[in-house]
Amino acid sequence: MIQTKQPDLTDQFVELVRRAATRLPSDMENALDSAKEREDEDSAAEGAIDTILLNVQMAREHSTPICQDTGTPIFEVYYPLGISTRVLANQIRKAVGIATENSFLRPNAVDSLTGTNSGDNTGEDFPTIHFHEWEAGHIHVDLLLKGGGCENVSTQYKLPDAGLKAGRDLEGVRRTVLDAVYQAQGRGCGPAVLGVAIGGDRGSSYIKSKQQLFRQLDDENPNKELAELEKTIYDQANELGIGPMGFGGKTTVLGVKVAAQHRLPASYFVSVAYMCWANRRAHMDVAIKSDTVEVTYA
Amino acid sequence: MPKLTVPIADDEIRALHVGDTVLLNGIIVTGRDAAHKFMIENYIRKPAVDEEAELYADLKELLNGGVIYHCGPVVKKHDDGTYSFVAAGPTTSIREEVYQPEVIAHFNLKGVIGKGGMGPNTLKACSEQPAVYFHAIGGAATLIARSVKEVVGVYKLEFGVPEAMWVIRVEDFPVVVTMDSHGGSLHDQIMASSAEKLDALLA
Repeated sequence: MIQTKQPDLTDQFVELVRRAATRLPSDMENALDSAKEREDEDSAAEGAIDTILLNVQMAREHSTPICQDTGTPIFEVYYPLGISTRVLANQIRKAVGIATENSFLRPNAVDSLTGTNSGDNTGEDFPTIHFHEWEAGHIHVDLLLKGGGCENVSTQYKLPDAGLKAGRDLEGVRRTVLDAVYQAQGRGCGPAVLGVAIGGDRGSSYIKSKQQLFRQLDDENPNKELAELEKTIYDQANELGIGPMGFGGKTTVLGVKVAAQHRLPASYFVSVAYMCWANRRAHMDVAIKSDTVEVTYA
Repeated sequence: MPKLTVPIADDEIRALHVGDTVLLNGIIVTGRDAAHKFMIENYIRKPAVDEEAELYADLKELLNGGVIYHCGPVVKKHDDGTYSFVAAGPTTSIREEVYQPEVIAHFNLKGVIGKGGMGPNTLKACSEQPAVYFHAIGGAATLIARSVKEVVGVYKLEFGVPEAMWVIRVEDFPVVVTMDSHGGSLHDQIMASSAEKLDALLA
């Protein structure tokens, strides 16, 4: 059935943005709690995590942004047959404007040619929206707010890489990801979550790496080899001793999530999406009934 | 935790060392990419033109013995025209490395607040002035905004809200000294120790 009219979800998108900007997901907060226990008493690392946890609590209570850099809003929208993505995109763009007015988002969309800030978080290809039609009957939306500081230390490698002695295999991937963590030092507001993609082309690889950031910290990679690689990189990145904010310490990363894509015979890319401790992701499910919508947030 | 009040005296700066935590108080000014570029191009590398002279005089007074904060805040404008800070964590400082030493020297800055640390030129300027680099906790935006008790004024709002120069009064703003006026840099130390560790892991 082709729907000619679909519900207005603008308010629901505003609420999704508010939740993402002001409430840190519980798995992230739990990981920070455990990290605090690991750090030495009265160390700068422990102090940093203390401040972070207090800030997370205050942001939730006051419904204000966890971080002032509310980043690039990245929407991954899964929708059933019959929904207009053009209509959804318009609603999302309107919603980020309202969320900006309500101070849940900082005006973050800058014209690259004139330097003018659009003021409402919309612009050319801004916010980022990816649509995926699926077989389910409801709409599911994942939202990530990806800050600029950590985006600037995200990076991509082309293997083989002679300098790192990184070949076209998982050992090569390990070497590049550890190098990326080292290169970032404290500039990406760690402790970080690393989204890693192997393969693809330069564009698809970066997108895939960011999509890994939606995964729960405690999920298990269905691919055994990748699951093992995630654990190895997690342990070894934390041995680097860069610590929260680069102050030194035991917690440099909170999670590592790796995925693979098919690639051209000629290319072997490794993309590393470095995400700050404020891994702001939120989700919503929208069931469309005859004349109402049922929305759940997570 | 020891407190420091802006304007800060030279001997107070010399007494600070890498790793010290401090609560900052007083009037500070936000400035990031556009503001630093503006100050360099309009005041420091050539004399101020007439239409920018008033701001120059204000900044000279505000920044003398003062502190600049690398920050692009979320700001709420109230119906009566006043502003308040909603979220105001630090932004990455290294982008200002090309400008910072000249800004420190020209305005007699005593401190720079930001995150991620800065490079050798700023470290040298810190020794000479003297001045220090205060590291705020990246992302702790709500917490820091609540230490901003008053928005005293704003300059260059045409740069956009994040890039404007906001004059703010802070109370007990928590920071860590990561670059001091004695040549010490926590960032250099961590870079060196993590490089050693990385070499071992990639051996």
